[in-house]
Amino acid sequence: MTDTSPPHRDTPLPAGTVAPDFELPSTPDQKVMLSDFRGQPVILVFYPEDWSPVCSDQLGLYQAVFPEFQKHNARLLAISVDSAWSHLAFAKDRNLHFPLLSDFEPKGRVSRAYHAYRSGDGTSARALFVLDADGVIRWSYLSPVGVNPGADGILRALEEIDGKETS
Amino acid sequence: MSQTQWEAALVSPVDRTRDHIQGSAGAPVTLVQYGDYECPYCGEAYPIIKEIQARMGDRLRFVFRNFPISTSHPHAEHAAEAAEAADAQGRFWEMHDLLYERQRHLTDQDLHLYAEELGLDVERFDKEMEENLHAPRVYEDFMSGVRSGVNGTPTFYIDGVRHDDSYERDVLLDALERAAAASPR
Repeated sequence: MTDTSPPHRDTPLPAGTVAPDFELPSTPDQKVMLSDFRGQPVILVFYPEDWSPVCSDQLGLYQAVFPEFQKHNARLLAISVDSAWSHLAFAKDRNLHFPLLSDFEPKGRVSRAYHAYRSGDGTSARALFVLDADGVIRWSYLSPVGVNPGADGILRALEEIDGKETS
Repeated sequence: MSQTQWEAALVSPVDRTRDHIQGSAGAPVTLVQYGDYECPYCGEAYPIIKEIQARMGDRLRFVFRNFPISTSHPHAEHAAEAAEAADAQGRFWEMHDLLYERQRHLTDQDLHLYAEELGLDVERFDKEMEENLHAPRVYEDFMSGVRSGVNGTPTFYIDGVRHDDSYERDVLLDALERAAAASPR
């Protein structure tokens, strides 16, 4: 990823774009690099903040739907600007078993790169991206910040990717 | 397929052979709820639905489908299975009501006591719970909800279209009355 973060836009990076690579902390002493997941679909879930009610419903729902994501061999990475310690406590409290990545320093850099940052609030937007095995964005969606976008769009995108690979 | 929004609609139509239904098939409007027995918002909606049913009478058909979010509500899955086990003995709605009326008490032991209280064949109930016999059915409901755009609980569908407005009594009642009035039947 370059340092020339694009300005805030109202639409997330669109389908067909190569997903900007990044490396972010998943725990206080571990990091996750997006390109390590080449070869399998990746779901990126940007969300505004740990602990706020809609976020928890959304991520709790994704945990519940997780077996369906796994049927597509997909990895799920959730990203917000909260610190790794907040993420740890939040994941434990809400029983979340997928990585919560900390876009904390420089704050929101990765969120901005995906056009999924809300400058006014200083948080990630509520945006979804589904990447194919080559790291290309195949579907993206920006939800109103207070609305849980559900899981159906993600499943549709994963099915479309599978359909094209098998056809 | 980027940035497209779709209308959230029920992908599994109401099916008299499998759904839990109150009210007649001839009712001019159908309300489908995806609910979680341990979710406090569903607990809030429960008396509202009862009141709306009382007001609308046979002009409303109500359908309940399971949507337990187990990560947030550790007892929700077993509670849903308990309602299905009661259904296997023809007593779904009694168990459904009991679970919402006592939604802070949903341990496996509580569920067993509710089965006793309802006079179910408790041996059969316990066996089915032990074997998670009804888990596939609960998961079917859950996935039909996911694919219909359920994004939390409760989520309502009025004549198959997701009701994105509040489920406050007057708002929901008004939406149902409007749908009933627009019905060709």
